[in-house]
Amino acid sequence: MPLPRTREKKLRQRLAELRGPEVPAKALDARALAALAANPGCRRRALLDGAGVNKAALAGALGSPAAFGQSQFALTRGNAFEARVKADGGAELLRLVHEKLDRRAEPPSDAELPELTAIGPEGRTARTTHALRDATATGGWTLLDHPMLALDVAGSPAFLEPDAVVVHPDGSWTVVEIKSFPMLDGSADPAKVGAAARQAAVYVLALEELAARLDPAPAVRHHVLLVCPKDFSNLATASAVDIRKQRAVTARQLARLTRVQDIADALPEGTCFSPDLPAAELTAAVESVPATYAPECLSACELAFHCRDRSRADGAVTSLGRSARAELGGLTTVEDVLAAARGEAGDPADPAVAALRRAAELRAEALGGAVEGGATCR
Amino acid sequence: MSLISTLARLEAVSSGRAQPAATVRHRRLSDRPLVLVPLTTAGEAGAPLGALVGTDRDAPHLLVVAQPRDRDLRFAFLSELADVVLPYLDGYAESVEAAERTETDPETGKRVKVEVELCADAPQLIVPSRAGVEFLRLLGRSMRFRRTAEQDPETPYPAPPRLPLLGRWLTHFAERARVPGASLLPAVTDLLARHWASGQSTLEDQHLGALLAWIDPPEGVTGAEAALRAELDRDAEGQLLCPPAGPATDPAFDNRLLAPAIERYDRARTALAAAEDGLEADDRLGALTAAEREIRALVESRTRPTWDAVWRGLDLLRALPEGAHVEERWTRDRWSFTAHRDRVLAGEPPQPRRDDAVTAANKLAAREREQARLEAQEALDDPLVMAGRRLSGEAFAGEVTDVVMAYSEGKRPSPRPLVTVRTDDRPYLGERARVYRSLGGRPQAAEFVGYEDEGALVVLRIVDKMGRGKEPEVGSVPEKGDPVCFTLFEHEQRGGAKLPDPEDTPWTHGGPPGEAAAPEPDPVTAEDLL
Repeated sequence: MPLPRTREKKLRQRLAELRGPEVPAKALDARALAALAANPGCRRRALLDGAGVNKAALAGALGSPAAFGQSQFALTRGNAFEARVKADGGAELLRLVHEKLDRRAEPPSDAELPELTAIGPEGRTARTTHALRDATATGGWTLLDHPMLALDVAGSPAFLEPDAVVVHPDGSWTVVEIKSFPMLDGSADPAKVGAAARQAAVYVLALEELAARLDPAPAVRHHVLLVCPKDFSNLATASAVDIRKQRAVTARQLARLTRVQDIADALPEGTCFSPDLPAAELTAAVESVPATYAPECLSACELAFHCRDRSRADGAVTSLGRSARAELGGLTTVEDVLAAARGEAGDPADPAVAALRRAAELRAEALGGAVEGGATCR
Repeated sequence: MSLISTLARLEAVSSGRAQPAATVRHRRLSDRPLVLVPLTTAGEAGAPLGALVGTDRDAPHLLVVAQPRDRDLRFAFLSELADVVLPYLDGYAESVEAAERTETDPETGKRVKVEVELCADAPQLIVPSRAGVEFLRLLGRSMRFRRTAEQDPETPYPAPPRLPLLGRWLTHFAERARVPGASLLPAVTDLLARHWASGQSTLEDQHLGALLAWIDPPEGVTGAEAALRAELDRDAEGQLLCPPAGPATDPAFDNRLLAPAIERYDRARTALAAAEDGLEADDRLGALTAAEREIRALVESRTRPTWDAVWRGLDLLRALPEGAHVEERWTRDRWSFTAHRDRVLAGEPPQPRRDDAVTAANKLAAREREQARLEAQEALDDPLVMAGRRLSGEAFAGEVTDVVMAYSEGKRPSPRPLVTVRTDDRPYLGERARVYRSLGGRPQAAEFVGYEDEGALVVLRIVDKMGRGKEPEVGSVPEKGDPVCFTLFEHEQRGGAKLPDPEDTPWTHGGPPGEAAAPEPDPVTAEDLL
């Protein structure tokens, strides 16, 4: 959703102010973009991510540091596996692409491997664009190792680096994701595959944006290739993953992200999220943007512990899970619910209140043992 | 989550302590369980780092892989594990009792009773968390197709003897863990979460330390505070005071403590291999042993808190009385154990990588049946569970206010008494709906006749379990003033339609599986490091 030029400039300036003076923007990577889809209603996350605030540093400054980290063992293995898959001019990788996605094309041999190094992300993006344009015209196989793609996110470019992009002889493009979790007897952990698919969907969107600028526009395939170790070995195996759904969801989220402007406009003048500010000031700044915390945030967002503390302090029912909230109708805090259940508050005609009172009675009866004639089945 | 359990969680938040979610224990706890606290190496598939295992809470066996990417060391670890687990299983496989089972006679096609053996008791493996169950499944998968030198002298990198057998057993236990209500391989977090409602979400309940903190907080601290400490508190070195229950380790532990220790071990090993004379070798062997001891100490420091937490959880669970139907479900676990023992003894090949269509359908049907059975039995055993079913309109309890004798029409009139029950519950009863109550452990059925007094009175017609005579047997019909509880769900589960034998699989489902070929081992590469 392109914004008018002046408005875009104003937004960029506004977001820089939010980050604080001389705090560089944290680039949005594909993982962060994909994670946005997990909780699209959270304004706090949308604004902080859109403004490029380093949420991990912010969480630390707020006194609730995130518990994310990667083990170096996992990192080493991931890199070693990727190197192995791409060894020998990417022969193994191209064989897998041919076998899983494009069997009708001629088998790949002597694939092009264009050089993509350049200075700075902008330079690398330009190199990638050239390489893709040239490769599409040649009508052969081309492997782009770690290309750089740009995607417009809320008015500022995010640079993305897929593991590889393959150009087919028919001129279409495929995104390749290399992951180090195993594919065991042909199936992998669905949660991990889902995360990889969401990540790949972001790359596909960026490629589509790039393709639209070429004439004729090449096709970006909506099946990506997921490459994983086979069983317990270090041999590679692959599977085509349909990412149409993830692509549609992410595209919608990204379109919504442009509303960062609206969220920013609602903030009081002078709000700033610089981690150098005193904790009290930062807390106030963070509190000025509403969040929608749910326990799922704990595995996706650096600020989750902070939001959880707040949610609990407010007695919000959602801190016990979204399903708990769904059952309780208009009652949103723990004390409201318990008061209604005890019969001290709430309208007895409200079905949610009536059900709660009945639940409280039944629970008390069951825990009280054989009261009211021991109405058990025995 | 049902409303009643949500309410329990809210009460837990408000009171600062977990609230009961059950009044009896719904799972069997063996008198002598084998507790297993495994750790895995991040990023690797099925590369264990170590484990604490044993039946004695004061003396666990510590098993460690000093370099998890070394196949020989992994094999050594798994052999040690087999040395602990297999004798434990054998101890249960030996003592049997006679039992009867109905089987189809292959010649006549009739159902006949056969005398079979049933193990008198079954072993029980207990892991801290659900991820631990999945890890044992993975270990089982990684071992059961391995070939030992005895099976195939030509095999490259032969596995130590008994390793494939351990793989088959772990696979069986992990497969059984997917059956609702089964107790061969429970996870402590699941057991605790079944019996207590904490003041946090189900997601956070997966953390054993936090869940225990809610159920049994230390003096003077609320559950919420104690749980937060268990989740986040770190020592001066940045290590979690309550390490994750595994099998995954904390990245901070991996990066700051484990990786340097493994590197020192690797260096010591290379140095030993390069030693030129005996004296030098002795020195370097000493260095290697020290490096290994360091890794052992690290692994123990991460598993011991979890080990103690598991036993603490078991103590809490044991304090609850066992539910009435638990014994019956445990008998099914014994059958499952006995059946696998027999398959191993008969020399059958390991479980296949993928089930054939008939086996898969049977497994699915069995799990659905067990789920329904579990739900019904838990409700019958536990008034708190029944309260949830009553709230959702699937059961109702009350007092009998009137009994009117009536008889069926026909040549031999049978008693069909009309019973009126006053209840505060609001059951969803359709026309002539069947309801059941437990009569001496057996279900007695009744038919819904109608409501009276704007739904406060339910009129039922009792239809069975009253004997053959014209007058119902004494005690088979409730009397005025009796408390009764009827359920809309059946108490006992019937098996579904019988599936064809695997040889008769229709072509729509892939056809007969064909000749059963011995499964191929996984291909192995010269270097299995990445």
